Amino acid sequence: MSDEKFEVIIVGAGLSGVAAALTLARNGVEVLVIERGDFPGAKNLFGGILYSGVLAELVPKFWEKAPIERHIVNRRWVALDVDSQVAIDLKSAHFDKPPYNNTFTALRSQFDRWFAEQAEEEGALIICETTVEGLLTEGDRVVGVRTGRDDGDVFADCVILAEGANALLSEGAGLRPAMTPANRVNAVKEVLALPSEIIEDRFHLEGSQGAAVEYFGGAVKGMVGSAFIYTNRDSISVGVGCLIEDYLGTKTAPYELLDEFKAHPSVAPLLRGAKTVEYATKMIPEDSYDDFSDLYADGIMLVGDCAGLVNPSIHHEGTNLAMASGVFAAEAFLEARKKRDFSRTGLGSYRSRLNASWVMQDLKHYRGTVDFLRANREFIDSYPRITVELMRDYFTIDDTPKTEVRRRLIRKVRDEVSFLRLMRQLWQARKNLI
Amino acid sequence: MAIDVKDYLQPHVSLSISERLDLVRRRFTDESHIAVDQEAFRNDDDRAVLYICPAQVFKLNEEEDSCIVNFEDCLECGTCQVARRYTSWRNPKGGYGVTYRYG
Ligand SMILES: Cc1cc2nc3c(=O)[nH]c(=O)nc-3n(C[C@H](O)[C@H](O)[C@H](O)COP(=O)(O)OP(=O)(O)OC[C@H]3O[C@@H](n4cnc5c(N)ncnc54)[C@H](O)[C@@H]3O)c2cc1C
Ligand code: SF4
Repeated sequence: MSDEKFEVIIVGAGLSGVAAALTLARNGVEVLVIERGDFPGAKNLFGGILYSGVLAELVPKFWEKAPIERHIVNRRWVALDVDSQVAIDLKSAHFDKPPYNNTFTALRSQFDRWFAEQAEEEGALIICETTVEGLLTEGDRVVGVRTGRDDGDVFADCVILAEGANALLSEGAGLRPAMTPANRVNAVKEVLALPSEIIEDRFHLEGSQGAAVEYFGGAVKGMVGSAFIYTNRDSISVGVGCLIEDYLGTKTAPYELLDEFKAHPSVAPLLRGAKTVEYATKMIPEDSYDDFSDLYADGIMLVGDCAGLVNPSIHHEGTNLAMASGVFAAEAFLEARKKRDFSRTGLGSYRSRLNASWVMQDLKHYRGTVDFLRANREFIDSYPRITVELMRDYFTIDDTPKTEVRRRLIRKVRDEVSFLRLMRQLWQARKNLI
Repeated sequence: MAIDVKDYLQPHVSLSISERLDLVRRRFTDESHIAVDQEAFRNDDDRAVLYICPAQVFKLNEEEDSCIVNFEDCLECGTCQVARRYTSWRNPKGGYGVTYRYG
């Protein structure tokens, strides 16, 4: 590969890198994608719900050909305590027709491979089994990458880092703030095999309909994070993800939390007879908008997870932000190419495109979510628990008069919840959580 | 193939970590991609890497009070080095490490 030069080198064939590659190749740019796995997707993992607004623009009607699992018609948010649950349940046949609410389950090892093939068909060159070990610079300008292969230096007008949540190159080059236990979630996940008929019966689904269930509160011992169950075609994805800071604070092992979650009386019946066929782990960025670096410099742009582009709110979106940022970086390159200026100034439209889009508008809106939860732990700990307890007590049938039950519940709320604090928190929550 | 519903009424059983790791294809060279500063590990009262790693890569050598690194079990999440900077982690050589079937 020595002394080879491309117009653009993309590090990482995940969602953001491939979205960028596809857009560039489609516009006639000579683009090389370097991926460390055996094939694109080999090392990738998510929950996961693929949010596909951007994908549907890149590959119209992708659901007719892509290896996706199910389209989500049922979303459920569940607060757990030790042995009970209270849930909000949204199910809509409205989501049963194209574009299926842009919400699908998928398995990344299969989906990413297909997605990368679409970029290859447009002319992108993807090299696998190759780790990028460093950036090549001339002065302050990035001019290429050093790979682990013999003669492994490759040059380009512009490098796009799409290396994902474990942002070693981005951090090493000072292009983003350090990864810390407070801005990284660790997630562990198992794929459990179950026949599609059992899944459809158990989750009340028909055909390719799917369900996504998120669990809070006691499900993750009041840590900042959540647990999840997503239905695939003939398997379910079950996992937990919490801030590393909280695992450290409680000295909890992630897999122990997962095992406790799987054994919860509300969860275990959903998993009956299911056999684990894969165990996996990865980080999720929870960088705040306030901590973002510029995301571009001379000859380089950062996209997707390494840039920190994940919406940490209840929406938990990363896939669509990754793809959108890949497309914006590609468009910024095309603009820079007209003037042949790949400096910071030339590439500057990347950030303005991001800023003008829903990506940064959402991230700006939810800039305080993680810090809000870290500072107001009641929202993830006592409030979900108290809600579950109140509902349980209210519907507990014994011979207590209902007026007495009501009195007890009001007393309980008064004892456990500071009304003033709650009001203040709700006022802040409207900005940070909703 | 007809499904026997009874097969799916049995409780799900969590596997041990080593059984779980056996489900994932891993290919490794002899060279470790993870290094631990043993002195800093000894000074870490929490011994955090012993529990934070989802693949249980780090084990305590009780006799020497040092950290054993079973790097070939690593699932490449990067969590250890974020939790404790005394672990230094780099990407395995291209084509090595884990390959997920599902992801
Ligand atoms: C457990 C979990 C659950 C999630 N659930 C959801 C969900 O339900 N919905 C949602 O929208 N998002 C979810 N996310 C987030 C979402 O998966 C990410 O935001 C998205 O995958 C980011 O895409 P990316 O392209 O930035 O990074 P990735 O998809 O991680 O791709 C990075 C690529 O770069 C490669 N790479 C890294 N370093 C190098 C190197 N030095 N040399 C060569 N190649 C390299 C990697 O092998 C990989 O292929 C979840 C994440 C996790 C971990
Ligand atoms: S990268 Fe993840 S799996 Fe590998 S040793 Fe570190 S914590 Fe364990």
